[in-house]
Amino acid sequence: MSTTTTDTSPPREQFTGQVGFILSAIGSAVGLGNIWRFPGVAYENGGGAFLVPYVIALLTAGIPILFLDYALGHRFRGGPPTVFRRVKKWLETLGWFQVMICFVIAIYYAAIIGWALSFFVYSFTLKWGDDTAGFFTGDYLQLSDVANGGSWFTLDFVPAVLIPLLLVWVATIAVLVGGVAKGIEKANVIFLPLLVIAFSVLVVRAIFLDGATDGLNALFTPDWSALGDMNVWIAAYGQIFFSLSVAFGIMITYSSYRKRRANLTSPGLVVAFSNSGFEMLAGIGVFAALGFLAHEQGVAVADLEGITGPILSFVTFPAVVSQMPAGPLFGALFFGSLAMAGFTSLISILQVVSAGFQEKFGLTRRKAVLWIGAVAAVLSVVGFSTTTGLIALDTIDNWSNNVGIVASAVLMCVFLVWLLRTSPELRYHLNAVSTVQVGRWWYVCVGVVVPAVLAYMLVSRIVDLVQNGYEGYDETYLLYAGWGTLVVLVVGAVLLTLPRWRRSPDDFVAWPYFPPVTASTTTKGAAR
Amino acid sequence: MNGSAILLMVLSLTVVWGGLLVSILALRARPERADFPEGGLGDHREDDAITERDT
Repeated sequence: MSTTTTDTSPPREQFTGQVGFILSAIGSAVGLGNIWRFPGVAYENGGGAFLVPYVIALLTAGIPILFLDYALGHRFRGGPPTVFRRVKKWLETLGWFQVMICFVIAIYYAAIIGWALSFFVYSFTLKWGDDTAGFFTGDYLQLSDVANGGSWFTLDFVPAVLIPLLLVWVATIAVLVGGVAKGIEKANVIFLPLLVIAFSVLVVRAIFLDGATDGLNALFTPDWSALGDMNVWIAAYGQIFFSLSVAFGIMITYSSYRKRRANLTSPGLVVAFSNSGFEMLAGIGVFAALGFLAHEQGVAVADLEGITGPILSFVTFPAVVSQMPAGPLFGALFFGSLAMAGFTSLISILQVVSAGFQEKFGLTRRKAVLWIGAVAAVLSVVGFSTTTGLIALDTIDNWSNNVGIVASAVLMCVFLVWLLRTSPELRYHLNAVSTVQVGRWWYVCVGVVVPAVLAYMLVSRIVDLVQNGYEGYDETYLLYAGWGTLVVLVVGAVLLTLPRWRRSPDDFVAWPYFPPVTASTTTKGAAR
Repeated sequence: MNGSAILLMVLSLTVVWGGLLVSILALRARPERADFPEGGLGDHREDDAITERDT
């Protein structure tokens, strides 16, 4: 090494080892979607038969694109802007697009964790009473009544939402200031086992409730005709894709904090299967609880409403908790789990933004985290702790996920595999450092299956949004909050590409060298 | 629970948790490669790390 800068340049941060990395990656992948999205999606798309498209999607899309992220981050060693720039200069904008997605998601994701914290406290006294829907949107969120002329955007802050939200931001900033090993990894080492234990206790308790078997019947009874329905397959690919937190920079960033001589594919398989394993656990817990609720209300499980998303967690679950023995304990376990699952994902999302800014603008970790955290916290408070927070959250979430992330994934696959033809290099990288080898099938997955399925999803979603709007919301509102989000993502990505790098990322040699240096090429080189 | 629901539940758990178990065992059996291509040792010294500016 001849560089003289090494004395002043701190080393790139690293996870302490394989276990720390795996726990952090699982903590990131296991989020709110595992708990509140998977069970409902599986139920609505063929029940037990959903397993077939789900596993196929995991093997042909989830794991391959996870490997793609790992290979990129580990080989090109940086956050998304650094990585994509090192692949090809003009691709830097795609990196910033991913950073912008993370920034936008972080500001509303924090709000949901704040709600979970509130409900964790409310569990102890079952504060929501009998009308859980009225409590959530009325008493708690004080949601603006837009259907009857209420305002679409207000600055009427709701203290009960604002205070936990601020706590979430303080905790997030504190963890990220601690760095990769002493902040992120430590938080995951504590929270992930705690989450698994708390959630397992909850699931076991739920299974023994009256009516639980009706719920499990509803979830697992197969409807084989669903396999002929294209939408079921799309739903399976969508679930796997969103649940693994791939293709918007997180796994790129995390794998860049592994040492160079580090196994990638075997830990990747552990992460992917852990994520699905947790989803399965959540499916059983949620449907056992729903079966109990249906039993108590004297209705069929099929007649229950609110079986996915925020309504499942903050309206339906409180109703379950109110009716069961030792409800407060069950409620605390559920909302505590929700908060922990969300928190370990939030820190990974924001680390992407932090890494991007540290690398491009030569900021220290502390400076980057404090600035980004402060700006994000302010936007988060202004947008989501007011009486219109839920509407904004629902809208921005839909556009940033269903349009933003999916577009990011399609672009990534098309540029890397088809246009720049980097997939052989990335597969070589994976195989050179990993114990489990990746075959040529991987090209088909990341080059054909993933972009084809996701492009179809993207186009049909955009057509649907243009034609039908979203949730019956006001068109002008959707133009600003929905399509506007997309404009912010793109404009932000372009603007962040423009400034000069404080320290050029371009004089970089990727290791292992590609094409590989073999004995014969070395001899040729020496003879020249 | 009806028969097909139980079967599908057991099958789902076997496939997903079985996959997890197999991947953990595979990783434990061979946590890292023994042979790497040359180089890649002085990790952070090979790419320019970011500069500390507030120290």
